[in-house]
Amino acid sequence: MTLEMCLLLAAALFSVGLYGALSQQAVVMVMMGLELMINGLVVAGAAFWYFLSPARADGQVLVLVVLAAMTVEMAMGFAVTTLLFRAKDVDMTDMAGELRR
Amino acid sequence: MRLVAFLALSLAAVGAGIAVFVVDSMARATVALAASFVAVGAVILLLDAPYLGVITILMMLMEMAVMVVFMIMYMMNPAGLMPMSMVHNKRGARAISIGMFGLLAAGVVMTPWPQRRGRVPADPTHALGEAIMGSKMLVMIAVSAVLFATIVSALVLATGRGRYDPPEPAAPTGEAGS
Repeated sequence: MTLEMCLLLAAALFSVGLYGALSQQAVVMVMMGLELMINGLVVAGAAFWYFLSPARADGQVLVLVVLAAMTVEMAMGFAVTTLLFRAKDVDMTDMAGELRR
Repeated sequence: MRLVAFLALSLAAVGAGIAVFVVDSMARATVALAASFVAVGAVILLLDAPYLGVITILMMLMEMAVMVVFMIMYMMNPAGLMPMSMVHNKRGARAISIGMFGLLAAGVVMTPWPQRRGRVPADPTHALGEAIMGSKMLVMIAVSAVLFATIVSALVLATGRGRYDPPEPAAPTGEAGS
């Protein structure tokens, strides 16, 4: 188990999440893609801590911050989804195109 | 042994991540995402960070439980009984994500990573607690402010109109007329 292997795992998770976030139309599925991308970041942060500087706790604190960012993303994402649905019955990303032009 | 476990967990994490966007049923997609998170939590446990691994697993299982509720609320086809395609620009997204993986992998392989400095402390959780309560306290204070702001703004966005707002237009009456 090396740093490179962990980072490759992180890159794979990030890329799968990116595919989901770009290709899915349902808002909930887009958020699942974003979660997978952040999942990759969690692995990368933990790997950097373990393989580069385990004596200091900086890497672990960074992973905690990333986990907090994940919860914020989830809460705000569902709040905006609820607002969109209340206002316009929108549950697909393609239907929410007010900012497109 | 650790290597075998790491490889198996990595395959499980990536495989479950791909399954999220392949399966028809939204319930299965959510379970697949939860499985991916559990595998990642186990990888973090392998990296001698027990607190972070356990917190990842617990948080993500709860998050997926909440997500199932929203799935059923907002998805047209939550059970996957009527297979339908809800994707756009599949080919472009695939090309971009494969290109992104290639780019990241090239960066991972070609970067001369520095040597490991120091050793894992005897109790990493204790070290993390010391850091949070000591030198890294400002980080946690900032995170707590952000989380509080998130609670307030999520509630403001998600609740219906308050009592001082103009009334909403009357809802259309139901078909049953009740």
